[in-house]
Amino acid sequence: MADPVLQINDLHKNFGGLVVTDGVTLDIGQGELHAVIGPNGAGKTTLINQISGLIAPTAGTICLNGADVTGLPANKRAEIGLARSFQITSVLPRFSALENVALAVQARVGTSYRFFGRADREQTVNDVASAALAEVGLAGRELTIAAHLSHGEKRALELAIALAMQPKLLLLDEPMAGTGHEESARLIEVLRRLKGRFSMLLVEHDMNAVFALADRISVLTYGRILASGAPDAVRTDPKVVTAYLGEEME
Amino acid sequence: MAQTLAAPNALHVRRANRVGVLPAMIFLVLALAPAGAAFGPESYVLGLFTRVMVFAIAAMALDFICGYGGLVSFGHAAFVGIGAYAVGILGAHGITDMLVSLPAALLLSAIFAYMTGTVCLRTKSVYFIMITLAFGQMAYFIAGSLAPYGGDDGLTVRMRSTLLGFPFLQNDRTFYYFVLLSLFVSYLVLRAIVYSRFGRVFRGARENPTRMATLGFDVFRFQRVGYVIAGAVGGLSGFLLANAAEFVSPAYMSWQRSGELIIMVLFGGIGSLHGAIIGAAAYLLIEELLGGITEQWKLIFGPLLVLVVLFARGGLLGLADTIRGRFGRG
Repeated sequence: MADPVLQINDLHKNFGGLVVTDGVTLDIGQGELHAVIGPNGAGKTTLINQISGLIAPTAGTICLNGADVTGLPANKRAEIGLARSFQITSVLPRFSALENVALAVQARVGTSYRFFGRADREQTVNDVASAALAEVGLAGRELTIAAHLSHGEKRALELAIALAMQPKLLLLDEPMAGTGHEESARLIEVLRRLKGRFSMLLVEHDMNAVFALADRISVLTYGRILASGAPDAVRTDPKVVTAYLGEEME
Repeated sequence: MAQTLAAPNALHVRRANRVGVLPAMIFLVLALAPAGAAFGPESYVLGLFTRVMVFAIAAMALDFICGYGGLVSFGHAAFVGIGAYAVGILGAHGITDMLVSLPAALLLSAIFAYMTGTVCLRTKSVYFIMITLAFGQMAYFIAGSLAPYGGDDGLTVRMRSTLLGFPFLQNDRTFYYFVLLSLFVSYLVLRAIVYSRFGRVFRGARENPTRMATLGFDVFRFQRVGYVIAGAVGGLSGFLLANAAEFVSPAYMSWQRSGELIIMVLFGGIGSLHGAIIGAAAYLLIEELLGGITEQWKLIFGPLLVLVVLFARGGLLGLADTIRGRFGRG
């Protein structure tokens, strides 16, 4: 059997005396959409930050496609196929939407130590970037400066940037955070189209989205995996119901 | 797809054209200045404008890392000084050919930038400013301790740089055009870099370094390359300064000089390259004018700078834009 795309083994993270990740073991198979849910402060974003290399774990290992990447910096992990979106929109505010995505494409094709020739006129790069924007519903917004996009559009841009990297694994940290009903419905549609094409780790508070999309769900509380399994199994798990889903599922 | 892509190109072409007018005017004025100067105190005007262009090169290099890279260096004068000392020290040993001294000036300042950048760029914001200042002062004191080369007093450059033994820079007018050519080439090269693939990463790193890292860019290495480019261009300015002043002194590297370069960049309008030329010209011409009236010219210049920074965020360039905007709207 092929290696899982992501394999996390007994991951620990302490900030001083505060235990934020407490022995997390989790894997994501080829093409799988694995959702991680949990209350605020459960350590979801910290987990994503460790996987993407922005925070070093205290102990444990992270493997991408069978290779141990625990010690690699974020940019090296991106090079070998890891892309992420941020819970709090993280784009280049003064760049156009197209250039935001074009940078992601540029990172993947050829060297960026090229000092002459206008980067913004590279047709092949721009084509791929426009295609990624179209995929998330931002066709026609290429030239808008990222700072001037609406919140929902910025969320979509985050996604387009990640897609343009053609990642082996996509980490999505609350892609619907702060979006209105219509916008989140649109983003769910986008994610549904992407499902199967990319292996994804989805952290999300929107339970409709999670149960509609996920192949597998892990519930994280106090830095620990409380339960993990198919959506239906997790939904009815008594531990989960008491700990987290209680009020929302009634 | 074809439809969506026609638009970006149109915009880029328009933008490129718009940027071109003012710089073209600046270079035209600089190219014609000697002709005008012939009717007045020629050598004085030539000397003054040569100085303006020499400092404009250094200010432009600083604008490249500050305005586009977000790296506010307070030690930029060190690169100028190193370039100048390359000329001075080689000259003291009888080597005046620019085929030796120019590459030496560029290379030494680039190496200094690489070494100090490796340390500085691990820090951010205020710490970056302080540590670049510290390295700048270090270079200043080392230069002052070079006893064989004049120590604190500096050393005289007995002869301007030659080319294959030919002393073509001895003529002030020829030298003027040589400096103008250097400024023009520096401007074109830096501008090309800003819009290149590298420049896009360099600019992106200022906007959001974390995002750039998660895209797969080693932000530190890109910034260091940018820092080395700025250092080398600073060295070019130093090479020209030594030839213009025919003198080299540790004072070229003092933190006040670095501060003046920052003022030039802010004064002209940060993040535009040609703004640095305007800033350098404005600073040195005001110094010259006010300096003729009073020794304490900075008492007048200070408030002026405060006004520009307060009311014209984009420096003189920004001020010009605002005025044009007002007129346009009528």
